[in-house]
Amino acid sequence: MTDMSWFVLASTVAAVLGIALGVILPAFAMGRAISSALDALARQPEAAGTLSRTLFVGLAMIETMAIYCLVIALLLLYANPLTG
Amino acid sequence: MDETSIVLSIGPFGITRTVVTTWGILVALWVICMLLAQRLRTEPGQLQTVVEGIVLAQENAIAQLLPGEERRLLPFIGGLWVFIVVANLLGVVPGLSSPTADLSATVALAILVFLSTHWFGIRSQGLHSYLQHYLRPSPILLPFHVIGEITRIVALAVRLFGNMMSLEMAALLVLLVAGFLVPVPILALHIIEALVQAYIFGMLALIYVAGGIHSQQLKRREQQEKQE
Repeated sequence: MTDMSWFVLASTVAAVLGIALGVILPAFAMGRAISSALDALARQPEAAGTLSRTLFVGLAMIETMAIYCLVIALLLLYANPLTG
Repeated sequence: MDETSIVLSIGPFGITRTVVTTWGILVALWVICMLLAQRLRTEPGQLQTVVEGIVLAQENAIAQLLPGEERRLLPFIGGLWVFIVVANLLGVVPGLSSPTADLSATVALAILVFLSTHWFGIRSQGLHSYLQHYLRPSPILLPFHVIGEITRIVALAVRLFGNMMSLEMAALLVLLVAGFLVPVPILALHIIEALVQAYIFGMLALIYVAGGIHSQQLKRREQQEKQE
């Protein structure tokens, strides 16, 4: 195998590992956020409006991390600056 | 963007699909609004009720976060909401691609949010005291304030772009692997995600603008308490 194909192989592996980790950890974070929001909702059902708004914004923040990983993985796979 | 997305070129500038669809959406929304505004009645028909409901829902969402400011913020935030919903949902229409799946469009929207944060902040309290809030609680924190301003705008742009682009790409990949009609569930997810992302983009813009206005109000209240 040439150097270039090694490089492509390495970036593919890195992209797969990166997206895997980058999905697992935000998934845990989102699960924690949703479960504590549900706890709060069960205690105080009248706060549903504020809670769901804050929850949505927080989930968006967490989701951004996964999206960053996705963008970097796609960059590695389709638009790798080093392979030209 | 790649060469294939250029529809026509004027001199050295290529006009991409994104620009064409964005202007198409703007013209369509403008025409619809003009048509609706021409026949406003005190006894609203079905269409007017729907539109009034949309505007009222937006106004209520703003009023919950910033009571008393909803009239001033509704044109900007409501416009963002309506435009992004339409732009995101265009990705489902065959033959069209959603302009928000292009990083340039989302960066443009995010720059608008960035500028309007400062605009509303400065207008609510004046330039001097607005700039002073970067130095509070201590001037050492100035670089962190600046970094925070930049990263949250970058995050705003990349979030919308990443979501829309990845959904389109996922549908395309499933179509390649599985074939006709199989990507339909992913397209259904696309619709939900389009609505959620539009809501979140507008909501975050609202929160950033509110942060600019709010810090001023808090500070004014502190000063009043000191004087008393």
